[in-house]
Amino acid sequence: MNIAAGVNEHMAQISNYLVYSAMAVYTLAFLAHITEWIFGSRSRVGRTARAVAAPAATASAPAVRVKQRGGGTAVLDRPKVVTRDASEDRGATDGPGAAGGSEKGDLYGRIAISLTTLAFLLHVGGVLARALSVGRAPWGNMYEFSVALGMVAVGVYLALLALGKNVRWVGLFLITSVLLDLGLAVTVLYADSDQLVPALHSYWLWIHVSCAIICGAVLHLGALATLLYLFRDGYEVRQAQGRLGKLDSMMERLPAAASLDKFAYRINAAIFPLWTFTIIAGSIWAESAWGRYWGWDPTETWSFITWVAYACYLHARATAGWKGRKAAYLCLIAFGCYLFNFYCVNIFIVGKHSYAGL
Amino acid sequence: MSTTDTGTGTGVDDAAEALSTAPREDGDTAGGSPNLPRLGVLGWLRWFWRQLTSMRVALILLFLLSLAAIPGSLVPQEGVDPVKVADFLKAHTTLGPIYTKLGLFHVYSSVWFSAIYILLFVSLAGCIIPRSWQFVGQLRSQPPRAPRKLDRMPAYSTWRTQAEPEAVLASARDTLRARRYRVAPGEESVAAEKGYLREAGNLLFHIALFGMLIAFAVGTLYKSDGNKLVVTGGGFTNNQTQYDDLKHGAFFEPDNMAPFGFTLNAFHATYERSGPQKGTPRSYAADVTYFGADGKDHQRTIHVNEPLEVAGNKVYLTSHGYSTVVTVKDGQGNVAYHGPVPFLPLDGNVTSQGVIKVPDAVGKDGKRDQLGFAGLFTPTMAIDPVNGPHSTFPALDRPALFLSAYHGDLGMDSGLAQNVYQLDTSNKNLQQFKDAKGTPIKALMVPGDTWTLPNGAGSITLNRIDQWANFEIVYQPGNSLALTSAVCMLIGLAGSLFIQRRRVWVRARRTEDGHTLVELAGLGRSESRKVAEELAVLVTAVHAEAPTAAEEPQEAQPDSVPSDSLPHEDHSDKEQA
Ligand code: HEM
Repeated sequence: MNIAAGVNEHMAQISNYLVYSAMAVYTLAFLAHITEWIFGSRSRVGRTARAVAAPAATASAPAVRVKQRGGGTAVLDRPKVVTRDASEDRGATDGPGAAGGSEKGDLYGRIAISLTTLAFLLHVGGVLARALSVGRAPWGNMYEFSVALGMVAVGVYLALLALGKNVRWVGLFLITSVLLDLGLAVTVLYADSDQLVPALHSYWLWIHVSCAIICGAVLHLGALATLLYLFRDGYEVRQAQGRLGKLDSMMERLPAAASLDKFAYRINAAIFPLWTFTIIAGSIWAESAWGRYWGWDPTETWSFITWVAYACYLHARATAGWKGRKAAYLCLIAFGCYLFNFYCVNIFIVGKHSYAGL
Repeated sequence: MSTTDTGTGTGVDDAAEALSTAPREDGDTAGGSPNLPRLGVLGWLRWFWRQLTSMRVALILLFLLSLAAIPGSLVPQEGVDPVKVADFLKAHTTLGPIYTKLGLFHVYSSVWFSAIYILLFVSLAGCIIPRSWQFVGQLRSQPPRAPRKLDRMPAYSTWRTQAEPEAVLASARDTLRARRYRVAPGEESVAAEKGYLREAGNLLFHIALFGMLIAFAVGTLYKSDGNKLVVTGGGFTNNQTQYDDLKHGAFFEPDNMAPFGFTLNAFHATYERSGPQKGTPRSYAADVTYFGADGKDHQRTIHVNEPLEVAGNKVYLTSHGYSTVVTVKDGQGNVAYHGPVPFLPLDGNVTSQGVIKVPDAVGKDGKRDQLGFAGLFTPTMAIDPVNGPHSTFPALDRPALFLSAYHGDLGMDSGLAQNVYQLDTSNKNLQQFKDAKGTPIKALMVPGDTWTLPNGAGSITLNRIDQWANFEIVYQPGNSLALTSAVCMLIGLAGSLFIQRRRVWVRARRTEDGHTLVELAGLGRSESRKVAEELAVLVTAVHAEAPTAAEEPQEAQPDSVPSDSLPHEDHSDKEQA
């Protein structure tokens, strides 16, 4: 086994500068998002905004009515589609987004997204420079893992935006958590650029760990949406009972609880096979490195627990009476297991995974 | 919260029948509880079985399984690290026995953990078997006829045209067949269905879980897993007596061990030479000559991640250290011992500890006078007042051996098994060599040095330093079954989560004014807008051949659909703009 060329200190330095710059720009994006929300709360929000957003409904071709939750009309480009959804239906419509109806708010929202894009590019640069400095996959310890995970989370968010998906509402919450993640990374978890112990020398490092990072990032988005779902769901109940509070202007601008729930489900379900693959890849690696594909090492145990918890969540969604809030709690528990595995198991519980670099 | 999957109307429920083999949840509406006591044994059994195989219980069991796995990651496990278990038992005298009773030191083979997963798999079997039959039935049957009220379906479209009903239906059939729908034969309406692979994937996934369980069981029952420390030049043949320690499953048979062996020719290690991680190992390589079932010799280098695979076994390189090659002469001047003595590492810089036992030594007086040496070996020697002698780097930069010497009775004849890496200095018949003042004497030796013991008791020469490597030899059948099951699980999951099962109906009938009323409806079981999108494609295709009748009055919007709200999840207008 060859030793990769030594560490390029200069590149490592550049990587650090880039990560710090990305954090600075994320902070600006965070402030812009806050401003967006503030302006949004001043505009009398959704009621007017919805009228603005309504399309000029002209359709010469026959419409496909898709019965929508709340009886909303979904308009496919030409043949109109009206949906009626099977899931629980409260009649709530999606909120207009953080900016409410405010044009100024919207401007700040756009600035926030531009800044996020800029920060993302710096972030990618930081990860690349780290990779160049060590000549291997840039996720060999907890610091590198956290930085890469934040990068993927923002990347997925921007990709969804670029695809025209309505995910702008998650911007503020995502940037906040990415800032937390990076903050932890550069302070508590920081490890100098360096080579790896022999057990980590394997192309499975590329496969297994990169999959784990992607899964973590996407599951994180799913958990954020689920959390917001719980808040919005509470809001809709309060709305139905006619006892809205002051902060409910925020809730009003979020998508409907059912939409959030659906978004969370889709994103969790879509990534579940990759999470399964991550564990399988890890087992194959363990088999070649340690002689057994499964040994109930703490890290292995917790990825199993996480996997079973998500399987539980998917089952819950398929079972009547377990949709909605109960399933949402399961989702949060499952994501909690992922986090526990990454932070607590790596740092506090000694196992074979000599990953922490602390 | 008792809405069923597709409860948007009576017609929908019928039409959705058998769109999936997932069991209907009947737990919430389990009527007839008053007459439960009169069920009788069979009735109870049936009730129990129904509960066990319901989705809700599967859910609970899954949740319990993940909960039950947690203690195993927090409490030391015998199978993972027995030393830690022993330490824990020593440190917690009250908690320890309780944990032992609860099986917390071997969670994954404990009664309660096994109970959960066995129940889960029984539940799974009870779920899979009927679902498989149902699915086979569905594969053989045709999509159900169009329900009477198509406009109650989740996706719906209608218009009037002057084309003939037959032409409309024929066009719809062609389009659906081209889109690989299964189209049922029928006269005045079309019924079509697609996405059977979703169900197949789901079943494949759940069946593969069984494959995984069997693979795991076989692996655990038949496996053997042992360690062997080999010094360079030394060898190993696969035989129970050759192992330093050997763990194995319940069905392991020592007589059936595969014939193979190897010799360690050389060992190479490299370490980080600078920086904060100085001393961290960067690569290990063991050059071996091995023979397998064919009896022929082969050359290989074993790395940490690249085990030697031979005769169904795998040989892993797990650790390494140094061995001192010494020559010990006794009081008679005869060579009482010559050979390598492995020293075990104490820290990352391979400060190592070891003992040299010379049971065959004879004293100056001709009587038996066994010799023993306790030593500390440092590959890169340093001495400071705090740490005493220790190593500052794991490579052989400045090797040194610190020895203290004993003579008398090593206590090896007592019949008790002795640790080869420890000298029993509490033994009263073993005396340490001391100087005239009575302080124990020690020696610091570098390769080539000879230390002559006092009173003509003999001498020891440090000839050179060799290396040793520790190998873990693993035999674990069932690996390929596990891998196959894993791959099936992945394929099944992908099919089950990414494929949508959906139905489409088209009806065309003549109205009183001589036009044709075209109605299309779509129904899917899962949460997706795909049904609507597909229906839109179908509408476009059929509409091209049966355009809206010219003087058609504006269709009244069916149901109460507010046209001014734009739900967020439909972006197709934006996407295409
Ligand atoms: C051994 C533990 C089990 C695991 C790890 C597991 C895992 C999963 C996963 C990940 C899914 C989601 C994939 C999909 O939606 O198709 C699923 C679906 C499903 N599982 Fe399981 N399962 C287990 C046991 C069971 C049992 C015991 C039952 C029956 C009582 C069952 C019935 C189902 C059904 C009906 C679906 C499909 C739901 C749907 O069509 O949306 N599973 N399972």
